[in-house]
Amino acid sequence: MCLAVPLQIIAIDQDLATVTMSGVQRQISLALTPEAQVGDYVLVHTGYAISLISPEEAQETLQLFADIDAAVEQADADKEAS
Amino acid sequence: MSDSSPYRDPAAAQYLIGEINAMASRPVRIIEFCGGHTHAIMRYGLRRALAPAVKLLSGPGCPVCVTADHDIDAAIWLSQQPGVILATFGDMLHVPGMHSSLQRERARGARVEVVYSALDALALARKTPDQHVVMLGIGFETTAPTIAAAIKQAAREALDNFSVYSVHKLTPPAMRAILSGELLIDAVLAPGHLSAIIGADAWQFIPDEYGIPCATAGFEPLDILLALHSLVRAVIEGRPQVLNTYRRGVAQHGNQMAQELLSQVLLPADADWRGLEMMPSSGLELAPEYAHYNTRCRFELPELASTDASKRGCRCGEVLAAIIEPTECPLFGCACTPAHPVGPCMISAEGTCSAFFRYGREEI
Repeated sequence: MCLAVPLQIIAIDQDLATVTMSGVQRQISLALTPEAQVGDYVLVHTGYAISLISPEEAQETLQLFADIDAAVEQADADKEAS
Repeated sequence: MSDSSPYRDPAAAQYLIGEINAMASRPVRIIEFCGGHTHAIMRYGLRRALAPAVKLLSGPGCPVCVTADHDIDAAIWLSQQPGVILATFGDMLHVPGMHSSLQRERARGARVEVVYSALDALALARKTPDQHVVMLGIGFETTAPTIAAAIKQAAREALDNFSVYSVHKLTPPAMRAILSGELLIDAVLAPGHLSAIIGADAWQFIPDEYGIPCATAGFEPLDILLALHSLVRAVIEGRPQVLNTYRRGVAQHGNQMAQELLSQVLLPADADWRGLEMMPSSGLELAPEYAHYNTRCRFELPELASTDASKRGCRCGEVLAAIIEPTECPLFGCACTPAHPVGPCMISAEGTCSAFFRYGREEI
């Protein structure tokens, strides 16, 4: 039940924001994240944004996965070379 | 950033699985609290991929599953009252009470409306001023602030025909109950979205009081593997601490606006949990200032004798306390299936039995 999806805010009107989910626009409440701005990604749970997604932290996690991938590829290449 | 595919990269997953298996010099027992994690773990085959290095136990991670029978009966009673529209999240519809379910009452003509959000329940109340809309307030700390926001909004609008029947639950008391029990647990995988509200710091009592590590985690397979990797390393190296591995969504202190709203509108109260029984200060009830929006104050609810699902042979209570796995229940997969469920863990989309049935058949 604690399902939440990351969605990007495309417009804000007072404490309501418009987001696009699977191509469909819908309104969500920003009552719990009043600091959210247009362009921000928020975690949306039952029609409310419950948290702002940190782009820096997301990038750091993705970089970690990219580093793992690079290490795996390097290990494969080393194996082939030997 | 919304594209989840980088979080599902198979090569990185294989690497992390290999590392975890190599690191675990003994089987590490980790409990996941959240039903969303249970489903992701089963869906991506992580239990099997990590066995026997990691033994994953499933905790009471679904608010529908832990709702006590008498609260379900109360919701059914409310739906039968003339002039009442009962608004509920969809998962509650099929859960059986003593003699009926919300689904069955709806078929008989009761006005039971499935809502996606508390905002929808408010809109319903505005649209139907001659009816009383009761919102079934169910959920952990993730959902409770959204209900609190709706109650506050109703008060702001002086919306007279709206109230909330709160069966909200708080997770730390349930976590404490399980960790204080007889189960041998080496580490805790903490719910991700719930932690976005209460903050990673809220789990500090786990290393402090129980001497074991705890990690917040997202719901993509690599999110979960990253958290398990951190936990196994912390267990093997003997470092009990809180590891926030879902930093893109979880702040150390959580969402303080949501916490503030909760502390104004919904206050800790004793609550009855299926599987864990009555626990002090483990639920949420409307603050006295908002009594006008409290269904319990607006209606004289009858004393309802509790249904005892265990009499039907259902062992959901033990599944929720992680004492048994679903496959150990004699009803599982025979008398109890998603098409004909007996207990709430099979009915709820996030229930442990439903996850085992959908994804775990090959492991049985």
